[in-house]
Amino acid sequence: MSAGSDTKDQVAALGEKYKYGFVTDIETDRAPKGLNTDIVRFISAKKTEPEWMLDWRLAAFRRWTEMREPNWARLRYAKIDYQDSYYYAAPKSTEKYESLDEVDPKLLETYAKLGIPISEQKQLAGVAVDAVFDSVSVATTFKERLNEAGVIFCPISEAIRDYPDLVRKYLGSVVPVTDNFFATLNSAVFSDGTFVYVPKGVRCPMELSTYFRINASQTGQFERTLIVADEGSYVSYLEGCTAPMRDENQLHAAVVELVALEGAEIKYSTVQNWYPGDENGKGGIYNFVTKRGDCRGARSKISWTQVETGSAITWKYPSCILRGDDTVGEFYSIAITNNFQQADTGTKMIHLGKNTRSRIISKGISAGHAQNTYRGLVSVHPKAINARNYTQCDSLLIGGKCGAHTVPYIESRNPTARLEHEATTSKIAEDQLFYCLQRGMTQEEAVALIVNGFCKEVLQQLPMEFAVEAQKLVGISLEGSVG
Amino acid sequence: MLEIKDLHATVGGKTILKGLSLKVETGQVHAIMGPNGSGKSTLSYVLAGRDGYEVTQGSVIYNGEDLLKMKTEERAAKGIFLAMQYPVEIPGVTTMTFLKSALNAQRRTRGESEYDAMSILKLVRAKAKALQVTEDMLKRALNVGFSGGEKKRLEILQMSLFEPKMAILDETDSGLDIDALKLVAEGVNALRSPDRSMLVITHYQRLLDYIVPDRISVLAHGKIVKEGGKELALELEEKGYADIEKVPA
Repeated sequence: MSAGSDTKDQVAALGEKYKYGFVTDIETDRAPKGLNTDIVRFISAKKTEPEWMLDWRLAAFRRWTEMREPNWARLRYAKIDYQDSYYYAAPKSTEKYESLDEVDPKLLETYAKLGIPISEQKQLAGVAVDAVFDSVSVATTFKERLNEAGVIFCPISEAIRDYPDLVRKYLGSVVPVTDNFFATLNSAVFSDGTFVYVPKGVRCPMELSTYFRINASQTGQFERTLIVADEGSYVSYLEGCTAPMRDENQLHAAVVELVALEGAEIKYSTVQNWYPGDENGKGGIYNFVTKRGDCRGARSKISWTQVETGSAITWKYPSCILRGDDTVGEFYSIAITNNFQQADTGTKMIHLGKNTRSRIISKGISAGHAQNTYRGLVSVHPKAINARNYTQCDSLLIGGKCGAHTVPYIESRNPTARLEHEATTSKIAEDQLFYCLQRGMTQEEAVALIVNGFCKEVLQQLPMEFAVEAQKLVGISLEGSVG
Repeated sequence: MLEIKDLHATVGGKTILKGLSLKVETGQVHAIMGPNGSGKSTLSYVLAGRDGYEVTQGSVIYNGEDLLKMKTEERAAKGIFLAMQYPVEIPGVTTMTFLKSALNAQRRTRGESEYDAMSILKLVRAKAKALQVTEDMLKRALNVGFSGGEKKRLEILQMSLFEPKMAILDETDSGLDIDALKLVAEGVNALRSPDRSMLVITHYQRLLDYIVPDRISVLAHGKIVKEGGKELALELEEKGYADIEKVPA
């Protein structure tokens, strides 16, 4: 069974379908299996891209054929056969549902627990209903307010057509085409994603969120996000992947690039809950994601917050290049692994400018047979006078069969650097559980409460409306981990 | 309220309770006194339903129901409350959040409607004052950095909030100076009521000067070896546990 098999069966999808009406002939929208230059051309043509974009993709593809999949992470999975996948396809009609009755009740139970209303449950489950209509209208009102502020927020395929100069200037400038195996693959075949541009001095009037585009974001197994905050601007972007899937292993290789110019600030939050596989480790998403922010201008700031509860495998290191003087990079992370999930996640803080500061708070929770690794790099370059870093890595173990690992790399080439690192590993104590149970909580409520307490510093970084969802997710992801 | 018959219990393969029988009447404050290692804490954990405390023989009937068949949280919802000797710390969870989660969990189990944050805050504030539980304590992480007195006051606050039918106070006096002890005892006395029973577990007679019991049972070697009125405490104070311990188990 290959990891990438049927990847593209899921693709294209729901968002496209809702936008353009029903897909009548799915077969015609599917590229042949495998990956070669024809497939890359096919995708580019589907998106009616300009010549330069096709050339960019082809160059990435050529490069990719010469690259090898990285194997340094503490992750084990069956070899992925990249030629055994579809890289562009519409979903099979059998994968759609006419009513909620046909959807796996377990899935619906999860939605109910998340407090997602029925209309949205239908959307998430991919039921062919008009509920999406609401979202479309919401998205429109939203767009008007953003237009007034001059903020561009659109699908990346649209941006490539409508704002080619901006896209050409910044695309691949943070994560180069040749960066790594998965990023290069993404550069060749990405099918969807988001583009955000916040003009000089503008404070984006609302939290930008993929919430409204949840179907669309599902379409892109290789989505590409580019956010540019011009001088003195501010934007907060939320990315929620709260739609569980029920499939074989699927590859998800996204790239996110952030550019903060002088005095700008970008806050990027993720709540990732891709399908983690079942209790026996069957199925689940392979999540190989490259996320990087460039504090290009002086006094700029980039803050990553992630709550990673899903995916069978997570390989993800949202990083900051602290290029400008007096720039700030932050990474707040919660990674929860249960059953047979594996996560190798962390960050890189690259201090290039003077007086650059970074802060890393990582909370790893491991239960069942899961393996959870924090892997981080703090690098201080010779010119980075007075660089500061504070790193705190806490691991919590639930049960005796899981693992937590901390792999911090520190490189300091400037004697004025001040780097602090703290790490703890603990277990949920039996007396804590008993105390909660004695006061009337169930085992699951108690675990959720204790783990939420453990993660508090990170949860506090999330925007309010997300924090509530994330707290519930924390509880749900650990169900059945004790007792 | 509570009737324990011939209770045998083991912890980690070791038999601690060896045929304990005890009857706690409704509305009474019943003290359990006994030397270290007599099984006092084991009794409280068995009644509360702590994992690892295994009943091998005997029965516990609580308001006509088999207590030993209930899950820990079910017992709590049905009015069993254990004020612990060593209340645990839960980092990152504010006291207020904890109180709300616990109270609502109990209410859910009983099929009652849950309280919203505001109503709970009101309820807690009203009760916190008398026990000198400050706003600051409610905002801090549960028991983290609390003094011994603060922890015990918070236990009594929970007792007051949850309104249990059967409150078990395990060595509530341990680690308290006399002023702190008085404050806690006042809190407990305020909760005495004709429909609430209390099992006050203590090593020393001192606590019973402030929480005057209706009955006293003496526990030694995992069994009740003596029972009497409040005057029994004074007798024990005078003679110590030496005589009692000599009694063959």
